[in-house]
Amino acid sequence: MAGRLVTLDGNTAVADVAYRLSEVIAIYPITPSSSMGELSDEWAAAHRKNLWGTVPNVTEMQSEAGAAGAVHGALQAGALATTFTASQGLLLMIPNMFKIAGELTPFCMHVSARTVATHALSIFGDQSDVMACRMTGFAMLASGSVQEAHDLAAVAHMATLKSRIPFLHFFDGFRTSHEVAKIMTLGDDDLAALIDEKPIYEHRARALTPDHPVLRGTAQNPDTFFQAREAGNLYYDACADIVRDAMDKIGERTGRKYKLFDYAGHPEADRVIVMMGSGGETAHETIDHLNARGEKLGLVKVRLFRPFSLADFVASLPKTVKSIAVLDRTKEPGAIGEPLYQDVVTAFVEASESGLWTGPVPRVTGGRYGLSSKEFTPAMVKAVYDDLKSDKPRRHFTVGIRDDVTHLSLPFDTTFDIEPDDVVRAVFWGLGADGTVGANKNSIKIIGEETERYAQGYFVYDSKKSGAITISYLRFGPRPIQSAYLVQRAGFIAVHQWSFLERYDVLEHAMVGTTLLLNAPLPPDQVWDALPKEVQETVLEKKIEIYTIDAVSVAKSVGMGGRINTLMQTCFFALAKIFPREEAIGYIKHAIEKTYKNKGPEVVKKNFAAVDAALDFMFQVPVPGRVTATRARPPIVSEKAPDFVQRVSAMMLANKGDLLPVSAFPVDGTWPVGTAKWEKRNIALDIPVWDEKICIQCNKCAMVCPHAAIRVKVYDQESLKDKPETFKSMPYKGNEFKGDAYTVQVAPEDCTGCTLCVEVCPAKDKANPRHKSLEMAPQAPLRAPERDNYGFFLDLPEAKRTRVALDVKGVQFFEPLFEYSGACSGCGETPYIKLATQLFGDRSIIANATGCSSIYGGNLPTTPYTTNKDGRGPAWANSLFEDNAEFGLGMRLAVDKHGEQARELLATFGTLVGDELCAAILAADMSDEAGVEAQRERIRLLKDKLAGSDDPRAKWLAGVADYLVKKSVWIVGGDGWAYDIGFGGVDHVIASGKDVNLLVLDTEVYSNTGGQQSKATPKGAAAKFAVSGKAAQKKDLGMLAMAYGNVYVARIAFGAKDVQTVKAFQEADSYPGPSLIIAYSHCIAHGYDMAQGLAQQKRAVETGYWPLYRFDPRRVAQGESPLKMDSNAPKGKLVDFSRNETRFRMVEQQDPTRFKELSDSAQADIHVRWATYENLAKAMTPAGAQQNPTKEH
Amino acid sequence: MDLRTRYLGLDLAHPFMPGASPLADDLDHVKRVEDAGASAIVLRSLFEEQITREKARTLEDIESQQNFAEANTFLPKPDEFHVGPVEYLEQIRKVKAAVKVPVIASLNGTTSEGWLSYAGLIQQAGADALELNVYHVATDPEETPDHVDSRIVNIVTELKKSIQLPVAVKLSPFHSAMAHLARRLERAGASGLVLFNRFYQPDIDPEALEAVPRLVLSDSHELLLRLRWLAVLSGGSPVSLACSGGVHTTLDAIKALMAGATVVQMVSALLHHGPFRIATVREEVGRWLEQHEYESLDQLRGSMNLARCPDPAAFERANYMRILQSWRD
Repeated sequence: MAGRLVTLDGNTAVADVAYRLSEVIAIYPITPSSSMGELSDEWAAAHRKNLWGTVPNVTEMQSEAGAAGAVHGALQAGALATTFTASQGLLLMIPNMFKIAGELTPFCMHVSARTVATHALSIFGDQSDVMACRMTGFAMLASGSVQEAHDLAAVAHMATLKSRIPFLHFFDGFRTSHEVAKIMTLGDDDLAALIDEKPIYEHRARALTPDHPVLRGTAQNPDTFFQAREAGNLYYDACADIVRDAMDKIGERTGRKYKLFDYAGHPEADRVIVMMGSGGETAHETIDHLNARGEKLGLVKVRLFRPFSLADFVASLPKTVKSIAVLDRTKEPGAIGEPLYQDVVTAFVEASESGLWTGPVPRVTGGRYGLSSKEFTPAMVKAVYDDLKSDKPRRHFTVGIRDDVTHLSLPFDTTFDIEPDDVVRAVFWGLGADGTVGANKNSIKIIGEETERYAQGYFVYDSKKSGAITISYLRFGPRPIQSAYLVQRAGFIAVHQWSFLERYDVLEHAMVGTTLLLNAPLPPDQVWDALPKEVQETVLEKKIEIYTIDAVSVAKSVGMGGRINTLMQTCFFALAKIFPREEAIGYIKHAIEKTYKNKGPEVVKKNFAAVDAALDFMFQVPVPGRVTATRARPPIVSEKAPDFVQRVSAMMLANKGDLLPVSAFPVDGTWPVGTAKWEKRNIALDIPVWDEKICIQCNKCAMVCPHAAIRVKVYDQESLKDKPETFKSMPYKGNEFKGDAYTVQVAPEDCTGCTLCVEVCPAKDKANPRHKSLEMAPQAPLRAPERDNYGFFLDLPEAKRTRVALDVKGVQFFEPLFEYSGACSGCGETPYIKLATQLFGDRSIIANATGCSSIYGGNLPTTPYTTNKDGRGPAWANSLFEDNAEFGLGMRLAVDKHGEQARELLATFGTLVGDELCAAILAADMSDEAGVEAQRERIRLLKDKLAGSDDPRAKWLAGVADYLVKKSVWIVGGDGWAYDIGFGGVDHVIASGKDVNLLVLDTEVYSNTGGQQSKATPKGAAAKFAVSGKAAQKKDLGMLAMAYGNVYVARIAFGAKDVQTVKAFQEADSYPGPSLIIAYSHCIAHGYDMAQGLAQQKRAVETGYWPLYRFDPRRVAQGESPLKMDSNAPKGKLVDFSRNETRFRMVEQQDPTRFKELSDSAQADIHVRWATYENLAKAMTPAGAQQNPTKEH
Repeated sequence: MDLRTRYLGLDLAHPFMPGASPLADDLDHVKRVEDAGASAIVLRSLFEEQITREKARTLEDIESQQNFAEANTFLPKPDEFHVGPVEYLEQIRKVKAAVKVPVIASLNGTTSEGWLSYAGLIQQAGADALELNVYHVATDPEETPDHVDSRIVNIVTELKKSIQLPVAVKLSPFHSAMAHLARRLERAGASGLVLFNRFYQPDIDPEALEAVPRLVLSDSHELLLRLRWLAVLSGGSPVSLACSGGVHTTLDAIKALMAGATVVQMVSALLHHGPFRIATVREEVGRWLEQHEYESLDQLRGSMNLARCPDPAAFERANYMRILQSWRD
């Protein structure tokens, strides 16, 4: 295909080149690079061919280390290989990168540069990951825009073939990888003309083959290693010329010219910035603006960072330069300066000495900017130049933040704005689930591809998975758009969710005359009065025109369900004045036809109707000349919130976290727990309402709630004295709390409206069984009274832990210490975590693998893990994705060591402490709540006694005394961790015999990165990298663990059998060795309404898709088989389960024959597996034992 | 004995065939049914809901907008993706290729909406005729009998605009003016009527307080209702009539034919006794005709309908009176 003008994002632009120039692609998903691998897989599945007419082999590996190993092998065997990665993934590749470079192997990898986790993880962009690879011997080539990323991807492939130096081509994660822009692509003809095939033949000739064998990977010794390491120097010396040549060829062919160091700006500039990546585009745009106003500024965009060509670098600079600021998008704590800065300083020393630079050496300063996608704006660029102009420029600085601790930051003028008026700029506030982003991408495509205009889109997401907010920033202009930063002033602002007006400063980007489009659930004449005071004030001040549409109602009336995206997009087109309205509508309809033509005429018709309806039902809102609102935006958090939440969390919640200074933050990333409770998100349209008259007090609603937003309490009647008017209660029905009162209470502002509690509620009105004890009702009218009721409920006394029966019902009276997380509405994972915190939260340490559970567990602004009234609760940490089992084991080793020291010391303190107390502490039975409570009391006594002693060992003992109370170490993560990247660690840790509890939240797919297959993915399911349905069986992790014999293993599904779930958690905790719980977790990646999650879990268990069992090695001593099946033999057909989920049905829709084959085969597997378990249970029964091994007890 | 039959314009060797059911889901089964001598194969119904709701659901799932920073999609985007029940069309092709007898496809729905376009695809896939099953339960007290009937007539009218295939309409027994409806359907272009569909009657689970669908296989008692309406309609209508429901024995089949059935469809009997029940009934009907000295099947067919039977009142209201009387006796 010839090159053409298209709109696409940076990842697509890069993958498009890499795919066509590769034969083997080995990848592993990691944000923000994942889509490059996914696209490659989709293209391969669609039989797209590479430049040489063959479909590349795309393989997903178990980790980035695996992907690097696989490409290394492919390269050794003579293939053209590539991979895509970022951040920790890139770090995992480093060992192979040294090898690949040391072996002078032509290879190009593409990296969407992302922050390396330090005090915190961040999925966003900076260059800390690529900078960590400087020593590997890879050439490093940087791109600053989508077009560049596309072109330089080709340069990198061309140059690696010729130079034999492997290339790391990188571009800023999110900013470039996810920015949608209009670019001219390189056609196959271009690539064919650019790629010299001679080096490919040479690469093949060097391949490992038995037909002319060689040996690589020798071990060398002091006599030879050094010289051999120097033997490849000439290749590095030649590399820069080769890259320059490749850039020149692209320039000749396309007119798009690049240099190793591209200079932009005034030919006689006195001040110059040197930098890499997307920030260079912003700097370029800014100096054009400033130079036009009389400044003499210059900019060097570094393309080829390694090998660093001294001659090219100094040649790129004007001789007039007096001062240089080098900007690094990374941080190297403890270094004299960041890497690029150090290179520039060194370059001038060398260039001066060698005569390459003849004038006076300019003053060089170094600054950090843009860490973790921190905005880098023209105002910041100007601040850097301004500082260079000052009498005493700062040698080292930061820009973009306010550093009030070390005072390194440059001040910048937030009102400085250079965006030209001929660029249309629009900002859209939407939900992650309302289609806003998709519609905007579509608008960019329409405008970018149907008109001469250039287009740019960038999308910002919040960190939640339910009710997530997206802000889309769109630009359309007559020239290529260089602005690599968010829109600062917008002529068009759309607010797709009415509730945002109350929570966010949505007019932050408004300018005089901005058009505001609202999706309001109100008639047009009521809209003005319903706006908060702040909004009305800004509207009047900036003369904003308001338009409104009740998009949800209109969408429903035209048969679009609640989908508002087409309507809102149409309104944008009608109002944005990019082209005449009729023409705009024509473009939309044309796009709809193109998108939906294969999906049936009725779908096209419906969308057309939506377009027409949008125009009919969009109205201008009359704006009176004065503020009429009496209501201001409510405070972000309650005034009762702790100081830190008021000062820090509230700012982040208001979308103003950028304004927080350095001093606001802990120095080591430590964050307080229990902050989620202060964020009242109000995202549920409907919430459950409790009818106490028919409740049977089973507590299942509380058990299944993913967000701890429906709770139960049993408490004394006395407490009801001052109850709010609408607070409900009923007499408790059981004997254990006879005479007490009972309440089921919803947290109206925390509920996400998933309906799982209603689905599970078994209590029906006998006269009208359609009515259940829990039913959904609109949240708005209930919000205020239920908020009061919930507040009252929380203040009610907790049931005494020692009095509660440890069954499904009883444990729900334990306070959840994991609440209101940002997990998806209806999440299938969080109920397990919540249960664990109810049972052992006050004595738990949690190691959490990176993934969904670390994101909803620890992604700021708020933290869902919390404490009880005694201040105890789970202590939680995330290390990495791959090391979580080891991380948790380390915690166990520490806890054990502390406990051991405490016991050792205690034994020597008999006199001071009292022999009786010592003995009681050492012999404490902590197998139940009463035992734990009694021991805590003993430790309190112990500490009191120790406090009076001046023996230094007493202080030491007091410091570790709390470890004499049993601690439960939980190692939590998803199947991507346990089955794939962390399996080695999981295996080692369960083999250690140590008392750790592994909880695998098995969604059978990489959920957090968007549904890539893992080894937990079942046969027959479609997932990314298994588009046509996975052919291999799911790995039987439980069976592998059982093989050790001394590991407690349970396979559970709370929606199918909560009794077994609760038992499994208790047994895992009590088992004095390693425990592994494999927990079925329904997930949005399965493709169905999560309200049906529990019903699907039941079907999964009934059909034998997910058999339940507990393998408890302790049973052997009792003469029983350790393995007990907890579900019945498979019944019914697997397809009764699988057809309900898109992941399976999608296979049928692609290829019914394959679906049948895979289904039949999976059905057969079910029976084999069941028989295997049954036989295993029998075979493991100790000789002479007389019982049915498969029967539940 | 010559049992040749013309049904929906199709020349069949005899009147006995399986009714619409999952019997034809599996190619092996289909071949066994053909080996057992079925004169045609009727495929299981493709439901309107399968076409519309599943399609909508799948589209929604695939296009579902869950935009998070780390993922914009959670399912792969296959290149080849068939929205709608392609497997059904594929099954028609496969069955058609596997058997020599005519293949009758079946659509089940209640509206005249877009799903009817699938009839065109069914025709393209090679079906010889289409059985339209209108399973509508009129629960809305505002819906008039005329509306209920018109709903069916409109579907047939729409269908006949887009396809050339002969269409048989499978009706429920609960229409207030069955004979008139039959006439309207005939005018709308229906080539045949199938009497009657059997509802999956909801049962009640008294413990769970839930209505649960329950499938009960038919028995010969259910034939009586069919006999009445076959007798009523076959007298005055030129369209083909299929008896569906309640034929288990040879005598059942003979009664159905006498009442005027053009063909006899069996499901429960085949599920009970296996596909060779068709061969048995066919053989025994032939023998019976010979033993009773019929010249041909046509001589017997419709001999006991409303127009020809010696006691027409038996099929009308008097039937009811007499039975009540006999109870009292």
